[in-house]
Amino acid sequence: MNAIMGTIKEKGQDSTVLAHVLRLLNERHGYGLRLLLLSVDEGIAGYRDDSLAAVRRSRGRLGLPLHVVSYQELYGWSMDRIVRHTGSRNNCTFCGVFRRQALDRGAVLLGADKIATGHNADDVAETILMNFLRGDVGRLQRCAEILTGGEGALPRCKPLKHAYEKEIVLYAYFQGLDYFSTECVYAPNAYRGHVRALLKDLEAIRPSSVADLVHSGERLAVRKDVRLPVQGTCRRCGYFSSQPLCKACVLLEGLNRGLPKLAIGKTNRLQKALLEGEKPRADLETEENSRVGRTIDF
Amino acid sequence: MLGKNRCIYPGEKVLLAFSGGPTSSSMLRQVQEGLNREAAKKLRFKPGIIYIDEGAVCGRTLDEREKTCRQVEAILQASGFPYHLVFLEEVFDLPASVLNSLSHRPADQAHSYKEAVADFTRWRQQCEKKEGAATSLEDRLAECSLQGCAWKERLAVLDTSSFPASHTELSRLFGAVKSLTAKEELLQTLRTHLILHVARRNGYSKVMVGDSCTRVSVKLLTNLCLGRGAFLAMDTGFSDSRHGDILILRPMREYPAKEIIFYNYLFGVPTIFTPGLGTKASDRASIHLLIESFLCKLQSEFPSTVSTVYRTGEKLSAAPREVDSGVPTAPAQCLLCLCPLDTNVEDGSSLQSMLLSEQLCPRPPAENCCETGRTQAGCCGRPPVVGDSSQLLPLLCYGCRLTVKELVSVQGKVCATRRAPASADAKVCSCSQDWAQGKVARSLSHHTFTRRLSASDAGLR
Ligand SMILES: [Zn+2]
Ligand SMILES: [Zn+2]
Ligand SMILES: [Zn+2]
Repeated sequence: MNAIMGTIKEKGQDSTVLAHVLRLLNERHGYGLRLLLLSVDEGIAGYRDDSLAAVRRSRGRLGLPLHVVSYQELYGWSMDRIVRHTGSRNNCTFCGVFRRQALDRGAVLLGADKIATGHNADDVAETILMNFLRGDVGRLQRCAEILTGGEGALPRCKPLKHAYEKEIVLYAYFQGLDYFSTECVYAPNAYRGHVRALLKDLEAIRPSSVADLVHSGERLAVRKDVRLPVQGTCRRCGYFSSQPLCKACVLLEGLNRGLPKLAIGKTNRLQKALLEGEKPRADLETEENSRVGRTIDF
Repeated sequence: MLGKNRCIYPGEKVLLAFSGGPTSSSMLRQVQEGLNREAAKKLRFKPGIIYIDEGAVCGRTLDEREKTCRQVEAILQASGFPYHLVFLEEVFDLPASVLNSLSHRPADQAHSYKEAVADFTRWRQQCEKKEGAATSLEDRLAECSLQGCAWKERLAVLDTSSFPASHTELSRLFGAVKSLTAKEELLQTLRTHLILHVARRNGYSKVMVGDSCTRVSVKLLTNLCLGRGAFLAMDTGFSDSRHGDILILRPMREYPAKEIIFYNYLFGVPTIFTPGLGTKASDRASIHLLIESFLCKLQSEFPSTVSTVYRTGEKLSAAPREVDSGVPTAPAQCLLCLCPLDTNVEDGSSLQSMLLSEQLCPRPPAENCCETGRTQAGCCGRPPVVGDSSQLLPLLCYGCRLTVKELVSVQGKVCATRRAPASADAKVCSCSQDWAQGKVARSLSHHTFTRRLSASDAGLR
């Protein structure tokens, strides 16, 4: 039996609709899937409390088992504590990296075979633009695929990939689905904000822009001679990583050593330092500070 | 840049696309410099210049256009190269063969540079032999522009009624396109067709286009948004071989716009400003303008933006993503942009879902225009408005379909608005529809589509 994990991510309505549709189709067509809901509790006071309450209510309606994993359990740090530690500047680096892994770690914990995420067409289009702007061709090539090997141990699929955000909101509304929608309280990074605004402007000019972008993403090809990072596994946690240590482990190490800024940005040297077991040099940190403003961190 | 890539053979004729803007002006100057350099670094090709006057679609009067042409001519004359002054209207005089890319010369692949040069010289000798016989009067355009002089008469002719079809056809064509986005794309296509034609008629085998690094970045992101993801490398790469016999080169693509402007300032390179399609429009009037202003703003906040986008483009391949082992034949080319079609429907693809939703809830077409006849065949028993385009669409790539769809869908609207005052009169309605179906599609098909269409017809039979 194939078990699919409905995950609850930041934008609540997508995953609520995903869970609803998957359950409906599973029953109607007898897919024989065992569906589980997984929600990640980042440990942001107030913010997740509301959304988790909504998740619990929809679980009641959907009749699907819900599992909540917290950052505290997975990493030993809640987002609130991380923010207190780092100041509110770069916390979205943490929340992005940690959330991505949290789904995988949680799903493995529950014995799932596949992860289904609520990414919609708008999300995919946005990711294509982001990856293009930041020059990440490896992700650029992968991100438009409907089924990917995943960044972690489990394959991921995006059943809502072709549904517009608006459609999902409307669907949730007309199905009377309860959802909780909010942006991350620790303001999402400015760059993504620009890209999101661009996407809205594009849609206003040509309504099919989102689908057009997804088409572009599906069809673009990376040159054969471009060296893409080889996917290996993290020496510490076994999560997929192109570096010896995965980003989460590096960030965690920085946190635990009380040098959170080190981890953001120039990870390569920190990587080396960590692997060699030596203490990061003090000049690394000053260099880090001088680089702020020149590098863009996603 | 050119020396580095070694893609131009000694004595080869190369056409420089000149717009009067900073980059192409700078390109012209650099070619001049290169030809005058000392022997070791000297460029050895024979340049010619093409300038296309697009005033007709940018709402300029003939007087204004004449003034610009005179300025342009002064610069081109000063260069000492042969030049071709062409008007966009003249695109309708093109023979249907513009888009039939001639077969490759045997020079292009795998050989060493030396062999390639030898091949080229052989090929050119053959061509010269043919040339003597083949000077037909059919192409007035190529001939008079060879001297670059007759443009005044040709412009004057655009004014009088002796040459009425082109001018009205062109403005009707552009008038029929609702959005500036599609207009820009259409203009781009027509411009390329003209350049190709002039190049072929006059024996140029390479065309140099003045796209700066900044331009390339804008184009990359714009085309990404226009669904041209599969063709980004072709649309912006250093050399673009999609046309077969004519290679398009972008020698300026490494230089940021700022550097080019500085170079022009430093060496006193003259430039000419000509208003384009979107000059007076707002940032949000077209996807092209939106992306340009987006990148510009982002660049001021994150100074590495443009170069990062450029480098992303560098890593993309012109070859399609995967070659389907089951299909050995070369994929068909798009009728308009000549890229290999990217419209095979794959499972789980965006195109598949789009086609599915179009099928599930078709857009109300022109059937609405007669309240009575809501038959499946369309309004008034005629084939539905989409009839013409549905023949056309399969021959186009995803991006060009978007442009052409707009050409057609706007007709539905025109039809609907015309109906409003005289809704009872079904004849008016069918007339406007006639116009909708026929003229626009015909004016396009006139020069490009017919041949391909008939070719594909023949294939079906
Ligand atoms: Zn965040
Ligand atoms: Zn790890
Ligand atoms: Zn095309």
